[in-house]
Amino acid sequence: MSNFAVFATIFFNLILVNNYVLVQFLGICPFLGVSKKVDSSTGMGLAVIFVMVIATAVTFPLQIFLLDAYDLGYMQTVIFILVIAVLVQLIEITLKKYVPALYTALGVYLPLITTNCCVLGVTILAVQDYSKIVESQGFGLAYAEALICAAGAGVGFLVAMLLFCGVRQRVESANPPESFKGLPITLVAAAITSMSFMGFGGLVENIINALV
Amino acid sequence: MNPIILAVAVLAVLGLVGSIVLVLASKFMAVYEDPRIAQITDCLAGANCGGCGYAGCADYAKAIVEDGAPTFKCAPGGDKAADAINTIMGTETSDRPSLKAVVLCNGGENCGKRFNYQGIQTCAAAASVAGGPSACSFGCLGLGDCTRACMFDAIHVKNGVAVVDRTKCTGCSACMNVCPRHVIDMKPIAPQPVVECSNTERGAAVNKTCKVGCIACGLCVKNCPQQAVFLKNNVAVIDYTKCNGCGTCVTKCPKKVIHWVEGKPTSVDAPVPEHQVL
Repeated sequence: MSNFAVFATIFFNLILVNNYVLVQFLGICPFLGVSKKVDSSTGMGLAVIFVMVIATAVTFPLQIFLLDAYDLGYMQTVIFILVIAVLVQLIEITLKKYVPALYTALGVYLPLITTNCCVLGVTILAVQDYSKIVESQGFGLAYAEALICAAGAGVGFLVAMLLFCGVRQRVESANPPESFKGLPITLVAAAITSMSFMGFGGLVENIINALV
Repeated sequence: MNPIILAVAVLAVLGLVGSIVLVLASKFMAVYEDPRIAQITDCLAGANCGGCGYAGCADYAKAIVEDGAPTFKCAPGGDKAADAINTIMGTETSDRPSLKAVVLCNGGENCGKRFNYQGIQTCAAAASVAGGPSACSFGCLGLGDCTRACMFDAIHVKNGVAVVDRTKCTGCSACMNVCPRHVIDMKPIAPQPVVECSNTERGAAVNKTCKVGCIACGLCVKNCPQQAVFLKNNVAVIDYTKCNGCGTCVTKCPKKVIHWVEGKPTSVDAPVPEHQVL
């Protein structure tokens, strides 16, 4: 496969087949908490894409050149949390100064996702097998793949949020049995939405292989 | 090198680098913020309850300074917070509304029972059992969670429904927050009619469950000379920016759902002032 095909496979794979929220069940709290309105779920989704890409851009070299190089793999979680927290604060300060419009648009969601499990999950899973790939393909390509992976995970999060937001608005106007009202019916709806994504298994690779 | 020392050293160095970067960033990329925002944030209750309608105390303080938001919105802070904010902002306190609780249900014994509830005698417990024992799933349960929440002896259950003593009520909204059915609301103290029903079902369904429920017949809407009443979710709603307290709706309501909150009707010529509108 050409590089482009690999990138496309990774990207769409993470949106549809290995969706972080609906298939890997990471980041469920914002998925249930902020999906009531379209604008809040869009804001959250955009903030997540933004933070995921930038966090991976920093943690990937950190993993290769610090943790792997000095055999410190066991400190991955704590170091990643520290780095992501600093990074999000830094992004917030920078945005407030230079891009106030984006700052107000992302609003409270930016600090909210500082150490969201979804963001931490992406940074950890993106570096999981990459030491071998770095050896075989070189750092540049592996880095690009990790960034595409983060972007795909972020877009997948946004897609899941928006889809579920639509489902939720239908549920709001429905009239479920008394004991199902509120959270129970929301969880049932989330489960069904998640099941629908299970059906995408193996789809993306086959399509891209057929196209390229 | 000893792995413990290495781990601690790596984390310490990373933390130090991070904090230096953040300190430098906040220094060089500082955005000028009105010092009054921080002062006002200190005056507010600091609970970040969102009762003012903003995202939190800091957000409300920002809205006061930058957008001229009203200074009386902090309910937990009360008059003390409002006075402190007015001192900082140099504004007057005269436009503060006095809100007091009102129960938007007058069902009680007029409301049927779906089953005989024998469990823990609190509204919160009763409401969580299969949607509550009362036939109406919107109304007051009459088990007195609000009475226990009230520190001022101002709300009591009479004939199965909570009733507010508006002379004692201080408008702290403790009862409103504790009510599992959300039938308690805060209303201004001007003598005004209030629709004491929260049932959003259609008229026929309401008639089966309650003798005094709003059936959304629309007589109040048709007869209001000010066009101040409208129907929303099958309940009459009064727009207090238009209501002049004539009392037509109180007399026209066939189910006797609309009542005077202050007990005694007095005719008001001018519309209710804007600050007393909820």
